[in-house]
Amino acid sequence: MNFPENLRYTKTHEWIVAQGVKVKVGVTEYAQKEISDVVFVELPKKGLVVQQGKTAAVVESVKAAFDIYAPASGKVTDANTTLEGNPGLVNQSPYGDGWMFELELSNPAELNTLMTAQQYGEFIHQSAKH
Amino acid sequence: MPYLSLTEEDKKAFLHQIGVRSFSELIASIPQSLRDPKVSIPEALSEPEVQGLITRLGGKNTTTKDFLSFLGAGSYEHFIPAALVEIISRQEFLTAYTPYQPEASQGTLQAIYEYQSLMTELTGLAVSNASHYDGATSLAEAALVALKHTDRSRVLVARSVHPHYRETIRTYLAGTPYVLEEFGFDAGGSFNRQEFLEKLDGNVAGVIFQTPNFFGVVEDLEGMSEKIRANGSVMILTGDPLSFAIFRTPGEWGADIAAGEGQPLGLPMSFGGPYLGYFVTSQALMRRIPGRLAGLTQDADGKRAFCLTLQAREQHIRRERAGSNICSNQALCALAACSYMTLLGKQGIREVAEINCDRASYLRSQISKLKNFEVETSQTIFNEFRVKSKKPFAKVEEKMKAWKIFPGVALQPFYPELKDQFLVCATETKSKEDLDRFVEALEKC
Repeated sequence: MNFPENLRYTKTHEWIVAQGVKVKVGVTEYAQKEISDVVFVELPKKGLVVQQGKTAAVVESVKAAFDIYAPASGKVTDANTTLEGNPGLVNQSPYGDGWMFELELSNPAELNTLMTAQQYGEFIHQSAKH
Repeated sequence: MPYLSLTEEDKKAFLHQIGVRSFSELIASIPQSLRDPKVSIPEALSEPEVQGLITRLGGKNTTTKDFLSFLGAGSYEHFIPAALVEIISRQEFLTAYTPYQPEASQGTLQAIYEYQSLMTELTGLAVSNASHYDGATSLAEAALVALKHTDRSRVLVARSVHPHYRETIRTYLAGTPYVLEEFGFDAGGSFNRQEFLEKLDGNVAGVIFQTPNFFGVVEDLEGMSEKIRANGSVMILTGDPLSFAIFRTPGEWGADIAAGEGQPLGLPMSFGGPYLGYFVTSQALMRRIPGRLAGLTQDADGKRAFCLTLQAREQHIRRERAGSNICSNQALCALAACSYMTLLGKQGIREVAEINCDRASYLRSQISKLKNFEVETSQTIFNEFRVKSKKPFAKVEEKMKAWKIFPGVALQPFYPELKDQFLVCATETKSKEDLDRFVEALEKC
């Protein structure tokens, strides 16, 4: 499975771009496979202030709806409205066109609490064993 | 074997955890006189005796079969075709609930799907759910949808919306940060446009109107949806669904949600229930719809099949994060409504609605000629209007009851300022002779 090096990862399977102040957020390839066919994405409104670990978006498949948690605290500066008409992009391109929203980080140091690509890969590997 | 056993040891552990030594200590605050009361239960009866007793008790009820009834105010007397009763009594259908493992019951799902399709047509909106418990619940759920959808805190409701519905919404919002705020009506009973527009601000999540409103007035909502949309709020309409057959539909008024009481669609008054809450929305709110929805799909062999759909946000999947705690519907009542609409057909529903309008309008003009009564509703009506009695209404009601007539519903208990006013309803069940008999009786009051 592909976990790009330039991203940081959460245990709840979100990714966030590791560098910059305004950074994009999405879900990992592992997450999109687990969710299966995404039929709807409820995006946060621009200007919404989110806390690390709190719900920022909802992804819905045919079977269930999943909360997407903010990997870091900040203000939502953009949302990928393309997903409203084409939610399947989350499955097809989780790290590209399937991104969900952009955060202006209020505390970039929070990124250090997240996993690197290698750590996340191991985390997935460990979880799979259980 | 008990499902969960409760051993003496368990009990001891519970009591210890609470911090009391014994069960009697736990209930010490209950006065001795209330503990272990003597309950005098009469001797057991045989089956024929029980039947006799129940029949006698039932005979104490006064129904619209015994009295000439002009009662309405949210529960309406309509003719119900005999075929409807036969259809809903079929054993394949006779269940109150959407079945568990619903896809195993294709017939039930198809009936719900057809009910939904008919409701979208009747309301002029895109998506209907499988129904709610009643009109009040449905409207309260609509208020919640508006609050969640807009992330705002206030809901505006016209005071001309059924008092019970407003009370139910208030109950729903109790203990939440959300606020229900009312706007009034003018002398004729139409909503107060100016007061409404003054209250429509950036905090308003949704606006609720009823048409025909509680007083029977068909509201003029011209320009309202534009104002509400421009404000970023959700427009919710409630009203007698039969009236939508001849007046503008919620969809035509530009509403985002139509939610209300479906009882007029083939359900008996039956002392207040079970009824049916209809809930229909625009496409944009589809994923916010609470409760169940039946959908049309194909099975593995490509054959037509019905399934429950858009369930991802229901509470059995999303638990405490669900948009609503409602996870069932009124399947049998929805089937009755579906049968009613199907048996009458498009033209039939229109004709029934027109007869309602005609009968009520005739009755209104006759009552307006009486010297002891004043008609308070001059606007367009469907099957109901407001009358003021110059004598105390309680006296009028008493006399009328002696003549086996229910003259209407007193308004003062709901609106203290509407002293001696009452709501008169005439549906297609009343003949010209019935109406004339009522007017003659009123004249003698």
